[in-house]
Amino acid sequence: MGASGTFDEIWGFGARRSARPGLGDLARWTKQTSPAEFERRQAAAEQYFRDLGITFAVYGEEDSAERIIPFDIVPRIFTAPEWASLSEGLVQRVETLNEFLRDIYGPQRIVADGIVPPELIYANPQFCVPAAAARPPHGIHAHICGIDLVRTGPDEFWVLEDNARTPSGVSYMIENREAMLRLCPELFEIYPVRPVDTYNDSLFQMMVSVAPESARRDPVCVLLTPGHFNSAFYEHSFLADTMGITLVEGSDLEVDDDVVYMRTISGRMRVDVIYRRVDDDFLDPLVFRADSMLGVPGLMAAWQAGNVTIVNAPGTGIADDKAIYSYMPEIVKYYSGGEAKLPNVETWRCREPQALKYVLDHLAELVVKLVDGSGGYGMLVGPTASRAEIEAFRAALKAEPHRYIAQPTLALSTVPTLTAKGVAPRHVDFRPFILTGANGVTVTPGGLTRVALKEGSLVVNSSQGGGTKDSFVLADEGDAP
Amino acid sequence: MSIVMLSRTAANLYWIGRYVERAEFTARLLEATIRLDSLSARPAGQGAWKSALAVASATQGFKATGENISPMNVSRYLALDESNPSSIRSCVATARMNARAARVALTREAWETINRAWNNLKGRTSTGGVQATLNLADQIKAEARGFEGAINRMLHSESYWFVKLGAIIERGEATARLLDVKYHLLLPEGERVGGMIDRDQWLTLLQVVSARTAYHILYPEGLKPWLVAEMLIFRRQMPRSLVATADEAGQMLSAIAGAIGKQGQADRLARRREAALERLTIDSVFQNGLHQFLIGFMRENAELDAAIAEQFRFT
Repeated sequence: MGASGTFDEIWGFGARRSARPGLGDLARWTKQTSPAEFERRQAAAEQYFRDLGITFAVYGEEDSAERIIPFDIVPRIFTAPEWASLSEGLVQRVETLNEFLRDIYGPQRIVADGIVPPELIYANPQFCVPAAAARPPHGIHAHICGIDLVRTGPDEFWVLEDNARTPSGVSYMIENREAMLRLCPELFEIYPVRPVDTYNDSLFQMMVSVAPESARRDPVCVLLTPGHFNSAFYEHSFLADTMGITLVEGSDLEVDDDVVYMRTISGRMRVDVIYRRVDDDFLDPLVFRADSMLGVPGLMAAWQAGNVTIVNAPGTGIADDKAIYSYMPEIVKYYSGGEAKLPNVETWRCREPQALKYVLDHLAELVVKLVDGSGGYGMLVGPTASRAEIEAFRAALKAEPHRYIAQPTLALSTVPTLTAKGVAPRHVDFRPFILTGANGVTVTPGGLTRVALKEGSLVVNSSQGGGTKDSFVLADEGDAP
Repeated sequence: MSIVMLSRTAANLYWIGRYVERAEFTARLLEATIRLDSLSARPAGQGAWKSALAVASATQGFKATGENISPMNVSRYLALDESNPSSIRSCVATARMNARAARVALTREAWETINRAWNNLKGRTSTGGVQATLNLADQIKAEARGFEGAINRMLHSESYWFVKLGAIIERGEATARLLDVKYHLLLPEGERVGGMIDRDQWLTLLQVVSARTAYHILYPEGLKPWLVAEMLIFRRQMPRSLVATADEAGQMLSAIAGAIGKQGQADRLARRREAALERLTIDSVFQNGLHQFLIGFMRENAELDAAIAEQFRFT
């Protein structure tokens, strides 16, 4: 699809004459605010982030200038009806992920019923055998999910990826809003924007709700971080601070008789719920990687014994694996009985000979991804790749087809974005954050909008020159003029 | 439920206190030694630098470098040497590492003073000439004062108490070591206490503990070695005296015990030390030997340090 086939979130398809319903004021705002004023506010926003220390460390560059992820001051807006239908789809998706995990680590009906091939589960490195011995409270495994969505038209949203391990970026959702409230207060007079800072409270309530039955009335919740060298450490300390829970490292915890304690100056204190931002592999050196210094020996045994809740549960990676992803439409149908409200992007599984043949024949049009890759690495974007890159992927695909999937190159929607040459369209994606606790599923009205700052680029990852935007979700009353 | 402070965080804070205090003490020691030797009409020579190493507890470490005892070499070793864990540079680096790990327990100002001190220091490889070394010492003293100011403006709760506790333990140790090294070195051969003394050297000692003016106010009768010892051991008004550090260590421990609702071995040791000092006089100290007394104080200080680590589960 060419540029004219790209959907713009303010202007819709085609020529930029009239804004989409409800977005006229934002369109006028982007036209009436002078470039100099935009520049000034943009600089003020970046200074705000620097002062807060929302930086990400680049490994091996501890003392170098710390980088901030570029922030764009033009928000993207979801109207109330758009959000309502999106939310329904997200709830269905996340409920399915939990059903699937409960089943996979339980009766495994979906394998017996032939919906998902057994080797995709049992030979999958993300399948966590010890998790089968645990029964997480209320059957919830994936308490915190980030679902990556892309949009190609007014009602065309697609799930690009499920993140059910330790999705990050939620601090940007909240801090971007802080920056917008300070720098563009006039937008909040025009639009009834729903708050996002309810997330911290929802997260804390969710953690309390999934505490083990044995826990006292005020369960002790902690956030387990790999430490201050981790690139997401700011987010870890931000979340712990705003929830008023203790930020711990592995060495602060000890397990005694299958009970987890943290070491405090007044003695050891029993821990009931751990929001871990440490990957499965590093969680418990007795079960996973023995060389891990980040984890807690005995933690898995305590979890299996039901004495502590781990958020998200170990083993959730099996649900967001890219190979499993391609089966999600069938999986949704299997558990919910209905069609997926949020469709998958069409996916060719290169492990299947037919699909492989198609992919090899259409490499220049497709996006090819490693099944276990992330961060925009190990990825071919056919339409923008050089001949040499395409040939390199062809060879790799033939050698190890099972490691790859391919998808059509989607015309990701654009949002007007401040560039060196004024406001111009740039491609975006979207990651909302969905919480699942004993009292159901909570979709916080907002999320992380990532924007590819390079003209025409479809890669939004911060490691590859992506930035972020605030995402407004409008309340019902201010629907449409 | 009282406030939860992780043992690791408490250890970080305690060590920040110790290392900032040590960096400042070493800066003062360096400055005073330069004044005594290089800037004096009568250069004190190698002896002054040897004793500076002894006061900094760095004699063995310096020997291992294989270098000659010269003003330049010793200055560099005490100020910037990365192989010396107690060099000013190492102290600031360690303090910053601890501050980074305990960032959430510190105020922004407290973190910034430490971070700034490190940024100013990390590129330095040479102390430069005498004037440059004095400037470096001045800069460190200013950073340490800034840090202390930031700490004193913090909420007086666990974070504050642990930083203070670390600083106090370090301070007591440094004062005792200074007195122990200098006192005997400064007494002329074969002289009993009260004999002829070298005025310059005694003023230097007072300068290290920033007590020159204080001494003249407290003791108008002039410089007497035993009075210097009395001041640095028994005068409560002197924040660096052993009695003052023992008292303050006890206060910090009581404050922590009050907040968490229990006491332990460290509290007992601190109280015992306070009571023992209470019973002593400068005469009894000299009767039984000043050196013996100071060695005893340093041993008890180290025991208290170990008891603190044990009681709050630092490791």
